[in-house]
Amino acid sequence: MTALETLVSGLAGGSVRIIDLTHTLDPDFPVIVLPPEFNQCARFRMEEISAYDHRGPAWKWHNISMSEHTGTHFDAPSHWISGRDVPRGAVDEIPIEAFVGPVVVIDCSSGAAENEDFELTPDFIAGWEAEHGEIPEDAWVLMRTDWSKRSGADYLNMREDGPHSPGPTPDGIRFLIEERNIRGFGTETVGTDGGQGAHYTPPYPAHFYLHGAGKYGLQCLANLDQLPATGAVLIAAPLKIKNGTGSPLRVLAMVSE
Amino acid sequence: MTPPLRPPSKKDPQKRTKPPLRPPEARSRAALGLTAAAAEGRFALQVCEECATVQYPPRDACKACLSTDLVWRDQSSSGTLLAETTVRTSTKLYFRERMPWRMGSVRLDVGPVILCHLHGDCRRDDKVTILNRLDAAGQGVLLAVPAERTDNMDDDPQLRALSADPKHRRILITDLRNPNTPALAGALLDAGAATVFLGESESWRPHANRSTLAELENVEILPLDVTDTASVEKLAGEIGGKTDILINNARFMRPGGALDRGDTAFAREEMDVNYLGPMRLAQAFGPGMCSRTGDGVNSAAAWVNILSVHALSNAPEYGCFTASNAAAYSLSQSLRGEFRTSGLRVMNVFTGPTDDDWYQELPPPKVAPNALARAVVAGLKQGLEDVWCGDVANEIRERWRRDPKVLERELTQGVEGA
Repeated sequence: MTALETLVSGLAGGSVRIIDLTHTLDPDFPVIVLPPEFNQCARFRMEEISAYDHRGPAWKWHNISMSEHTGTHFDAPSHWISGRDVPRGAVDEIPIEAFVGPVVVIDCSSGAAENEDFELTPDFIAGWEAEHGEIPEDAWVLMRTDWSKRSGADYLNMREDGPHSPGPTPDGIRFLIEERNIRGFGTETVGTDGGQGAHYTPPYPAHFYLHGAGKYGLQCLANLDQLPATGAVLIAAPLKIKNGTGSPLRVLAMVSE
Repeated sequence: MTPPLRPPSKKDPQKRTKPPLRPPEARSRAALGLTAAAAEGRFALQVCEECATVQYPPRDACKACLSTDLVWRDQSSSGTLLAETTVRTSTKLYFRERMPWRMGSVRLDVGPVILCHLHGDCRRDDKVTILNRLDAAGQGVLLAVPAERTDNMDDDPQLRALSADPKHRRILITDLRNPNTPALAGALLDAGAATVFLGESESWRPHANRSTLAELENVEILPLDVTDTASVEKLAGEIGGKTDILINNARFMRPGGALDRGDTAFAREEMDVNYLGPMRLAQAFGPGMCSRTGDGVNSAAAWVNILSVHALSNAPEYGCFTASNAAAYSLSQSLRGEFRTSGLRVMNVFTGPTDDDWYQELPPPKVAPNALARAVVAGLKQGLEDVWCGDVANEIRERWRRDPKVLERELTQGVEGA
């Protein structure tokens, strides 16, 4: 059997399962909130333009609008100033091989349950590797926090001093990039950085280092608790938007049973 | 004395809701001067520029000298009730449903004798005040009321029919986040509103107004985002049948004209909130409200827009925001036409700069939330179409009426040395 025949029979037989890591695109799903004098990330919007009626008798359809960075979405290197000169740094230019690949999941859920500003540090990663082995090169690394189970105001967790949610420290993300040469980094929160990420040096270290190094980001992921620590395959193909800095997308994972 | 208006009992679900009816609408062009004054709550009469005769009813020529040089001028509204009568039947359906109906003749202090509607507390030979109010057909009509306030005066059925009084009504304020919402809700509750519904967008983003407002009695906070059609339709599905007054205070604004901005993102948001917002609200809430204008004490009564007075003539420092308000103003005129048959009033409250974050760099005078709230309540009580709130709004109105081009030129000055 070819590799693909094996895969197809695994999917049919149930030994390979597909997990949806995507939130529903919903007008009321939170987006990142910036100081109001800055332009804001557009919320997802859907306008019905006909529903088998006088506006179009036999068909129903909607016009939709949103930001490149609304809902479960992909960040390309050109999203950040550090990645502005990265070759093939826009979503339509990224080699398509990057959209399917291995994924490891670092479970930070108990830490995040205790501390909403939980930090992913090199030490924590070392502890994970002691148990699961070294993170392979060119893999997606997803930070599981179970944050996707939160809803409403608890999701952004916005207070007067800004949002509070877990994320990597500058050293943590640099370790993944410089020591493990990962493909990209994904989170369940609204960004790849923690809620208080603006207060690190550099500000928003995950965005700064990942995209500067030509790596990718995924955020607003769901169902990470259904993934194994290692061994799953991630499928994350952004829309082919000309010069796009990111894209909402359907993120799927294949896991062996 | 007028018997106090009782809160309406719960609706009998087996009875048909009374369809909207209205008094005759037709007027001569000359007579519309009365309507224009009533839209702002003024009492005005035709005055002859040649012989200074004050006349009523309005005509195309002066009754004394036949001059056609007639202008409308505000007049003293006091007079004496000469005679009164009670109409007990009418061929007009609107009046048939509201019998008996009092009418009287009043000699105005300024001369003419007028025939007018009559408040229940007026007796023959009393000193009276003439109110020029819009009726359910949107036309100016005259009502004599006692010169001195009487008990429960506003509860008189003939006076109430010429208003959109918040008393016993259920009112939707569309944006909980607006800094003016606590003042608006408070003033409406003080004016006797039965319920104030508050629309809250993006409940995942906390806002200080929420805790202040959630504590108030007879206030309900419900999800509503005027930029999200599905959310507007959902709320209309829930409370559209008991929204008697809708106050759209949702506003998005950022300073700057077209060149101050590098893109159309804020402008798009301004149009989405300030122009498409009221359109979505009208499409969702309009039909239900229009069908309930005859629905008793808590009938649907008014649609309220809060607009920048620069909707009339652009202020380039806030040029893009102002443009969206011009669009909203134009839409409000369309809504007036579309709602007219039902008798649902459209009240525009024009303000100058308001006392909030986005006008921080402007010097006073600014419109404080409480002043705006007072203007909204007073406008509803008087059934107005146009309310000018604050010194800036009144000044701009005057200059705009005097000469729109001169005003435009003054508002678009250049900078020395550029």
